[in-house]
Amino acid sequence: MEALDGNAIAGPLMEYFGSEMTTASGACRHCATVSEIAELAVYMPGLGAVARCPTCGKVVMVLVTIREELRVDLTGFALT
Amino acid sequence: MARAALPGRLTWQLATVVEVAAETAQTSSLVLDAPKWGGHHAGQHVDVRLTAEDGYEAQRSYSIASAPEDRQLVLTVERLEDGEVSPYLVGELRAGDELELRGPIGGYFIWRQADGGPVQMIAGGSGIVPFRSMLRHRAAVGSSAAVRLLCSARSLEDVIYREELEPLAAGDEAFDLRFTLTREWPEGWTGHRGRIDQALLEQVAFKPADQPLTYICGPSGFVEAAAGWLVAGGHDPRHIRTERFGPSGA
Repeated sequence: MEALDGNAIAGPLMEYFGSEMTTASGACRHCATVSEIAELAVYMPGLGAVARCPTCGKVVMVLVTIREELRVDLTGFALT
Repeated sequence: MARAALPGRLTWQLATVVEVAAETAQTSSLVLDAPKWGGHHAGQHVDVRLTAEDGYEAQRSYSIASAPEDRQLVLTVERLEDGEVSPYLVGELRAGDELELRGPIGGYFIWRQADGGPVQMIAGGSGIVPFRSMLRHRAAVGSSAAVRLLCSARSLEDVIYREELEPLAAGDEAFDLRFTLTREWPEGWTGHRGRIDQALLEQVAFKPADQPLTYICGPSGFVEAAAGWLVAGGHDPRHIRTERFGPSGA
């Protein structure tokens, strides 16, 4: 599957955080690379989205909708 | 009591289709009347949601093709043959139908007058959509920012907005418009042929010394390749903004 980028999850993130997030920066907890969310490599297999660090490729964010509620796991990404 | 939408909050709203205008064989522009639309920046997108009778929902993002100054909101949608949403939007939606959308969304892939120039735009196929918004905005505000748009398409017939952009470029020395055709070319075609590559970028794009703000929009592989060549050619990756689209996988 080809990667999209963080622009593809701009809507869900705005829904979750209540503001525009794609220009927010954060550090990958695996390799410390600082990226804007728009620059993350995003895979959308259908049930949600997985965002990976563009440098090390490790998962930094997971979005999934469970019973119509969007949940966001940000543990791999330290928002700055 | 009615609940007011909070600023910055995304809420779904209904828009009415005013017109579905064919742009190319595979793309159509949806002209929308969205009474609750609060304005946007050139380059932003919307989420569109379709709900089937059984409650099944499908959601997709589409770039806004209209400028902030335009009276109506326009989305240009490419039909993906095995798509779940685009065949409906391009093939079945009619004037008078309602469409559920939310936006504007995104703050990364935008161009405002204050961003200035020079601006290098590189589009693959329907990746040209957000650039139409930016170019219409640039014209509407009378910006003199130098801009170059390099657009790759299969054939001249597949170039979206050609009839609108060519006169715009012809009347504006600061706007350089180029197409490269990858599959078919009309007889006597003197423009570029083949996919965008490093040689073409070095020939027609702004030089690193010009310090352009570069925007690349298209399918993932196209964006990856174009950005890679620019960086290899000495462009500062911090001044390159990319937006990839593709089948969502759903």
